[in-house]
Amino acid sequence: MELTKYEQDALDGNHGDALEIAYRILVAVGEATDATKLIPIQWAHVSGVNYNTIGNAGAKFLSEFSETAKTRVMTTLNPTGYDIDQLQNSDIDENFIHEQDNINNSYVKMGVTPSFSCIPYDIYKIPNSGTQVAFAESNAAIHANSVDHLKTNKESAFSALASAITGKSIYSNIRNDDFDSPEISVKCQLDIQNELECGILGYYVGQTSKKIVDIDGSFNMNEIETKSLCGGIGASGQCVKYTINNSKPGTEKINFDKNDFGNVYDKLNTSDDGDLIAFGSPQLGMIELLQMSNMLKNKKFTKPCMIFCPRMVKNQANVLGFANKLKRAGCEIFSDCCMCFTPLLTKKNLDSVITNSVKGSYYLNTKNKLHTNLKPLKQIINENTTNR
Amino acid sequence: MKTQQTVKKFIIKGMINGIVLKSDMPINFLSLIDVKTGIIKDPSSNLFQKSIKNVILVFPHAIGSSVGAYSIYSLKSNNKLPSAMLCKNADLIVSSGCALANIPLATIYDNKYEELQTGDEIMIS
Repeated sequence: MELTKYEQDALDGNHGDALEIAYRILVAVGEATDATKLIPIQWAHVSGVNYNTIGNAGAKFLSEFSETAKTRVMTTLNPTGYDIDQLQNSDIDENFIHEQDNINNSYVKMGVTPSFSCIPYDIYKIPNSGTQVAFAESNAAIHANSVDHLKTNKESAFSALASAITGKSIYSNIRNDDFDSPEISVKCQLDIQNELECGILGYYVGQTSKKIVDIDGSFNMNEIETKSLCGGIGASGQCVKYTINNSKPGTEKINFDKNDFGNVYDKLNTSDDGDLIAFGSPQLGMIELLQMSNMLKNKKFTKPCMIFCPRMVKNQANVLGFANKLKRAGCEIFSDCCMCFTPLLTKKNLDSVITNSVKGSYYLNTKNKLHTNLKPLKQIINENTTNR
Repeated sequence: MKTQQTVKKFIIKGMINGIVLKSDMPINFLSLIDVKTGIIKDPSSNLFQKSIKNVILVFPHAIGSSVGAYSIYSLKSNNKLPSAMLCKNADLIVSSGCALANIPLATIYDNKYEELQTGDEIMIS
């Protein structure tokens, strides 16, 4: 990969420790992707925040890195471990809180905006079409490339951080319009009807191990279903962009049929029921809170129900009255964190969780070691509420 | 017997010398490995309950969370790191994690991936 004199000097350590580390990371990911050069980006979205995922080693790295690292572009941040407003009712231990605070402070010290959200596309203004960004959160990277007309790699936590500090990212094929064609087309032979089915289709699409995948079928996915699709794709593979009905002549084709659907569902649906209901992986936006508050009118959940959303969304929901409606229906709203890695959902107090999230189910099963019961939102509400 | 192997491309240069541990499945570094022990904890993996410490970890490619790069770095801090990694496709997760952990990483051709088996002693320079 070609470097400018300044970039080479920084890599050689002539501009401080943080930039040396950042350029070492960028050169490595450049070599891995056969990138030819580095290009400026306008926005970085960084993952690697939750103490449950990065642990002591990550916390120590960030503390040391933040001594000299400063962001050069707008940088937003993935969810943290808990909602500080809800700590009084939780049994999260003091050490976790202490370490999580240190991580959060390290990012703020670098100049990162503590947005604590995995859906930056839902809460920030989207830049002009074609703008180069560097998003680490997988669902956000896929959404950015596929829906928002932005350009990003499916960054790693480190490469997005390096981009935040340098203001640059690698010029890989995904950023180049000349190489921006689907490598495979997934012919969907099913009538996809809800957000859960979109998530399962997404998980299958991700499993193709291709970077750009076309989905061939009759779709009219709404915003909520699109988010679920992106979450599913991001959990299972390397795909960084999908297109709809955009395959080129000669593109390899595979089918997505009833058996394929069943295989993914059976892998992720590991329980017939659950002790608790959880929504929000990816986190819920205003449109989902509005939808839920309408569906829950005069109803109340018969089991504990946790909703995860960005703080910005929670604050707006409070102002507009959705939050109160949801609370009256038995929902507890958590901001800043996400269902996947929060210490609020552990084997210590739960066996299984009911959710409509394919991404959430994947990580609850594999990371939190909880069983999950996958159902669409409408069915979860029908089966788990009574009239008020 | 130790065999000399070739790679498609070195991503992080260094001496690769040791015993192969081969995963049949793509690896999600965040959820597949216990970073404190270096033990594979996913029962669906062919490497379930095996340690990746000091082996040459061979796998098709990484999948899943971008935070997997931190898992590779955590393995280093816990002294449970493989001696090197070989994969068919190196993505940003693996390459950035190996760059920060400072362990050799190379891509290999599909036929080489098929040939290599757990227990093989190999050397690449």
